Amino acid sequence: MPKRTIIPFGPQHPVLPEPIHLDLAVRDEKVVEVIPSLGFVHRGLELLVTRKDFMDMVLVAERICGICSFIHGLGYCQGVEEIMNLQVSPRAKYLRAFWAELSRVHSHILWLGLAADAFGFESLFMHSWKIREKILDIFEETTGGRVIFGVCKVGGLRKDIENDVLERIRKTMDEIEADYRTIAKVFKEDYSVKHRNCGVGVLTADEAYKLGAVGPTLRASGISQDMRKIGYGAYGDLNFEPVVEKDGDCYARTMVRVREVYQSFDLMRQCIDKMPEGPVDMKVTGFPKGEFFSRLEQPRGEVVYYIKGDGTKFIQRYRVRTPTFANVPPLVKMLGGCDLADVPVIVLTIDPCISCTER
Amino acid sequence: MSFLAKSPWIVHYDASSCNGCDIEVLACLTPMYDVERFGIVNMGNPKHADVFLVTGYINTQNVDVVRNIYNQMPDPKVVVAIGICASTGNIFRECYNTIGGVDKVIPVDVYVPGCAARPESIIDGVVKALGILEQKKNKTYKKPEISGAS
Ligand code: SF4
Repeated sequence: MPKRTIIPFGPQHPVLPEPIHLDLAVRDEKVVEVIPSLGFVHRGLELLVTRKDFMDMVLVAERICGICSFIHGLGYCQGVEEIMNLQVSPRAKYLRAFWAELSRVHSHILWLGLAADAFGFESLFMHSWKIREKILDIFEETTGGRVIFGVCKVGGLRKDIENDVLERIRKTMDEIEADYRTIAKVFKEDYSVKHRNCGVGVLTADEAYKLGAVGPTLRASGISQDMRKIGYGAYGDLNFEPVVEKDGDCYARTMVRVREVYQSFDLMRQCIDKMPEGPVDMKVTGFPKGEFFSRLEQPRGEVVYYIKGDGTKFIQRYRVRTPTFANVPPLVKMLGGCDLADVPVIVLTIDPCISCTER
Repeated sequence: MSFLAKSPWIVHYDASSCNGCDIEVLACLTPMYDVERFGIVNMGNPKHADVFLVTGYINTQNVDVVRNIYNQMPDPKVVVAIGICASTGNIFRECYNTIGGVDKVIPVDVYVPGCAARPESIIDGVVKALGILEQKKNKTYKKPEISGAS
C-alpha cells in the first residue's frame, strides 16, 4: 500500500477565484480523504442587523455575494415583507422575477466560463465571459450597477423598467440566446469537454438526497427539486419545469446549468409578456415583529433566510443557510476516490460560492 | 504606456470580498476589456508577479495569507487595493471579524474606489501602479505626503 500524503489545496490557488482550503489525503494519484477548512472570508455580517436599521440591511444582504447579489436582497426583503404583512405590487413581483432570472443567466454563464477554465479550455472561458458582458449591460441599463444593484427594497423596488425598454431587452435577449447556443453546443458535444467530465465525481441520487445536496448538484443526480416551484413572488404564475439530469457526474451538472440558462430566458420572456401595470413601490410604516423562514432558489441551489424582528428598528436575528454550505458534504463524497488532477473540476462543479458560505 | 519595459504580471487574491470585485477583476482579463493587450497576465504564482491585486478586507483568518503572498513577491512590487472593502472595510468595518483595509497589513500603493470597482477604474488603477513600479525600479519613488491631517 503506498504511503498516505497530505496535499494542501488553496486558499490562494490559480483555479479558484475564491479562497477555500482543502487538505487532500492522497495515495499515489488517488484522493482518499478530503478535509475542508473554511473561514478565510468570514465577515460576520449577520450580526450587522443589530447595527443597521432594517431598511438599510438589504444593502448589506446584497453584499453577501456579488454573483447572486440580487437574490440575496430579494430573500431578505421577502422575509421582512412577510413579517410585516406587506402586499408588494404585482409589477414589482414580476420585475423581481425578471431580475432574478437575469442573475441566474449571468451566474450560470460565469460558471460555465470558470468550468471551462478549470478543464483547460481557455478560449471557451473567454467566449462565455464575452456573452456575460452583454447580460451585465442589461443590468447596467436597468439598475445602474454591474454586480451590486441596490434596486430591491423592503416594500418593492427602487427602480421601474419602462415597457419599451423591456421590449428592447427582449430583442437583445434573442441575440444573446443565439450567441449562447453556439457555446452551449461546445459544452454539450465537444470531445475534450466530455472526456474531462463524463463519469467524474459521480454522486448517486440516494447519496445526493441523504447528504442534503441542493440546486443543480441535486438535480443532476436525478431528483427534481426546485424552490421556485413553491411559488414565491411571481413564480406561481409562470410555467416551467425543473431541469433534471440522471447521471450525477460532472457532465450532468454542467448540462443542468447549460439547460437552465434556456429556461431562464424563457421565464424572462414570460415575465415581459405578463408584466402588469402599476406602481413598484409602497410606503413602509412600522417595524417588523415576528419571525419568518424565507426559502428561495439561487443559481446554486436552495437558500434559506431566517429573520426575527422584535418590533424595533433593528432586526434581532438574521441567519442565512447558503447552497454551497449544503453542497460541501456531497463535495467531500464526490472527491473521495477521484484522481488528483480532477480535483479542481469537481470542486468547481458544485459552483462553490465561498463568500456566501462564510458571509 | 511607452514606459513599460516588460509585461507586468499580476497576482490576485480575494481577501474577503463579496465576489463582486473579484469577478470584475476577472472581467478585465476577458474579451470586453482585455488587459492582455497591454501584456498584463494573471498569474497564480506570487513569485512571478509584479503587481498584487487585493480585493476585500483583512480579517483574522486571512491576514497571514495576504502577508505571505506579499512577502513571496520579488522586489520591486506594487499593491493595488480594489474596491472600498480593500481600501477601508466598506459597510463591513463594524463587523466583529474585521481588521480593516488592506493597508493595515501591507503597504498599498493605489486605491481603486467603487463598490464594486468598475473594470475601467481597475485598469486605470493598474496602469497607475505600473507607473509607480517603474519609479520604484529606478529608485525615484517617494511616498506621497498625506496633507491636511490636522
Ligand atoms: S467593495 Fe463592494 S463589490 Fe467589492 S468586495 Fe466589497 S462589498 Fe463586494
